[in-house]
Amino acid sequence: MAREKSSKDNAQALFHSLRSAYAATPVNLKIIDLYVGFAVFTALIQVVYMASVGSFPFNSFLSGVLSCVGTAVLAVCLRIQVNKENKEFKDLPPERAFADFVLCNLVLHLVIMNFLG
Amino acid sequence: MAAPETSTAAVPTLYTNNTLRNAFGGVLSFFILLLIGVMAFSIRLFSVIKYESVIHEFDPYFNYRVTQFLAKNGIYEFWNWFDDRTWYPLGRVIGGTVYPGLTLTAGTIWWLLNSLNIPLSVETVCVFTAPIFSAFASWATFLLTKEVKGTGAGLTAAALLAMVPSYISRSVAGSYDNEAVAIFALIFTFYLYIKTLNTGSLFYATLNSIAYFYMVCSWGGYTFIINLIPMHVLLCIVTGRFSSRLYIAYAPLVVLGTLLAALVPVVGFNAVMTSEHFASFLVFIILHVVAFVYYIKGILSPKMFKVAVTLVVSVGLAVCCAVIAVLIALVASSPTKGWSGRSLSLLDPTYASKYIPIIASVSEHQPPTWPSYFMDINVLAFLVPAGIIACFSPLSDSSSFVVLYIATSVYFSGVMVRLMLVFAPAACITSGIALSQSFDVFTRSIKFQLPGISSNTEVDAAETSSATAEAQNDAVKTEKSEETSKNRPSKKSKKKEKEEKPSTKAKAEKRLLALPLDSSVISLLLLILLGAFYVVHCVWAAAEAYSAPSIVLTSRSHDGLHVFDDFREAYGWLRHNTDVDDKVASWWDYGYQTTAMANRTVIVDNNTWNNTHIATVGTAMSSPEKAAWEIFHSLDVKYVLVVFGGLVGYPSDDINKFLWMVRIGGGVFPHIKEPDYLRDGQYRIDSQATPTMLNCLMYKLSYYRFVETDGKGFDRVRQTEIGKKHFKLTHFEEVFTTHHWMVRIYKLKPPKNRIRGKTKKSKSQKTSSTSSRGKRSGSGKKNPWQ
Repeated sequence: MAREKSSKDNAQALFHSLRSAYAATPVNLKIIDLYVGFAVFTALIQVVYMASVGSFPFNSFLSGVLSCVGTAVLAVCLRIQVNKENKEFKDLPPERAFADFVLCNLVLHLVIMNFLG
Repeated sequence: MAAPETSTAAVPTLYTNNTLRNAFGGVLSFFILLLIGVMAFSIRLFSVIKYESVIHEFDPYFNYRVTQFLAKNGIYEFWNWFDDRTWYPLGRVIGGTVYPGLTLTAGTIWWLLNSLNIPLSVETVCVFTAPIFSAFASWATFLLTKEVKGTGAGLTAAALLAMVPSYISRSVAGSYDNEAVAIFALIFTFYLYIKTLNTGSLFYATLNSIAYFYMVCSWGGYTFIINLIPMHVLLCIVTGRFSSRLYIAYAPLVVLGTLLAALVPVVGFNAVMTSEHFASFLVFIILHVVAFVYYIKGILSPKMFKVAVTLVVSVGLAVCCAVIAVLIALVASSPTKGWSGRSLSLLDPTYASKYIPIIASVSEHQPPTWPSYFMDINVLAFLVPAGIIACFSPLSDSSSFVVLYIATSVYFSGVMVRLMLVFAPAACITSGIALSQSFDVFTRSIKFQLPGISSNTEVDAAETSSATAEAQNDAVKTEKSEETSKNRPSKKSKKKEKEEKPSTKAKAEKRLLALPLDSSVISLLLLILLGAFYVVHCVWAAAEAYSAPSIVLTSRSHDGLHVFDDFREAYGWLRHNTDVDDKVASWWDYGYQTTAMANRTVIVDNNTWNNTHIATVGTAMSSPEKAAWEIFHSLDVKYVLVVFGGLVGYPSDDINKFLWMVRIGGGVFPHIKEPDYLRDGQYRIDSQATPTMLNCLMYKLSYYRFVETDGKGFDRVRQTEIGKKHFKLTHFEEVFTTHHWMVRIYKLKPPKNRIRGKTKKSKSQKTSSTSSRGKRSGSGKKNPWQ
């Protein structure tokens, strides 16, 4: 009983501390996180759709899911490079990071458009 | 006393001296690289000098034919090309079954040169593509090794790769095969991966994915990359080297790389469905989990983190087990566990010989012998372990990658001799590191111990120490290290600041590594001698061993040089003396050459994608004349081509390959049994041979009229007289035999017009009903061809 209660307390305390720690991140990083969440959510919707109606144009399914996952991954990379707390990237101007992000996205979407069929 | 003044006065000149030296070093490395490129190109030209500018071997002829088609018809026709002149009557979808990288590269070069009004023919471009790309490959090796250990190691590795015999063997001028560009793509992809890992720049990650795309286009060996890089990421995570640069290096590569690989028609959906790619996805998931854990650890306090861990572990473990169970069930349900035959034969070397005799029969797929290691990488064989140790001091992400690369490539080269080619760049990189480190140590020891240069050693010692310490060119630092060099008396220094680790390490290094002068001089000389041995061996190997075009053979005898040009003679005869639509049957080795040079339709060729079709031809070659005629007639064959080396002693002829025909044919048609062709388990063609052997089509077509050459029918390859000497052919007629009897062409006699007798009539009814192939009666032993 006591263990259960303490574990529940623990879970709540954990939740609170996570929340407070996350609230402390700067706004631009939160925007990137929102974008990542949106991309992953879109990918999940596509997977559920494929599970329900079948995967016939498989290349379309692949390109759709992988475009969502790809932009999520690239946004995470951007977040890593723009984050001020990251010691390794303090010499990198955020404009350069954003330019790299745009370039990689361009290549990704070029491939997606080609593969969409 | 005088030290501070001289030091402050020496600062500007010291600084400019250093930049001047660096600039000179840069220009020198540029010229060295240029020379390395020229050397890589020229060492591969021996076959053009000794023979002529001709395409070698078998596979390059197919690539050449595809490039000709591309040059003539353009890229859209090429993507949609259905080739009906091979694998008759099945045809082959070229667009979907060929790795387009090589042909597109050569086609682009040809188009570019022609648009600049340099009218090189397609053949010339094809012949010289491989040497050009080997120059590029050595430059890529320089870049890769420079990222791992520095410029000196890079230059050494590039020089080693330009000459290594293993790479030369597959990229001489004329060897127009996939590996010619694929090795360049491999090294360049690895270089970009290491560069991304070292800098953490997303730009290089994009370039890495594009280079990986080029590799997927070029060669089926791209699965090595997509398994090695995840293995390295896993190694980094497990050894505690996880960093955000690792994430940036790997995660975009997986997503972009999978998409780009799926774009290539040959790979298509295999990029997500075969087991060869699963490792990358698994490590992708693991990487995300680890990254998330590090992120949570970063934003939580340690106590809270412990709570989080216990919570996640309890819940996550259950979910994980469920997912893994589902995955294992899916993978285990397929008989090969999702791997392709060739990859399985790499993991289990005995797989091919048990299940797929075609893969086992290719000589390139056999395991190498020990001498072949020494032949192919020579001196590097004992420099590699030294290089591996050098990679460990200090161990960085890039040097751990090199160690992993060489460990895996050594294993795979031990399984299949063809993969020595993937091992060669790794050997060159590690040997380059080892050689350059040893040169560093010896020259440094010599420099610090040479008497009489004491006035300049101050500056020199400072510069070398700043070079080794890789720190900023600080006057303070140079003074500090000056003081600790062996020949200098201790000086008072006003600068109290303690240097960081690099400088102390430099001091420690210098104290440890100043070897005695005479031993370092002798060691230096021995190292140079080692390099000389390597160069001599490489040039010899390139000139004598690996430059044979194998379509033209030469031999020296007491009356000079004999040239055997029989293959081209036969293909030329076919081209000029048969109709365009005539079908030629031969063993699959000669299919590509026949379509490319003789321009005739063939039944089977080197692609070996249809085992049953090859087994049909094998069965026909192993059957008696009438049965063989039936089979060939059902395939609309007009001419049969056999290669025979008995008159001149050419050992790779069809009689020597005949047992493979029997095995492959017997694998599909059970009435062909290998023991029927062996006498007491021995393969013979003399008077002791079995009747089945003496009556089979291959024997008859090879030795027809052979006894007329010397009266006794002595076969120079098998070193015995043949068994059946005087016989006539009933269903075939000889139409052409080349000058040295190496290629013999026979024509099928047309079916008889009149049928005589009762037995003949019932037989003719049976032949018409069994003309559809593959129809077998109940008992498996009945010959379907009668």
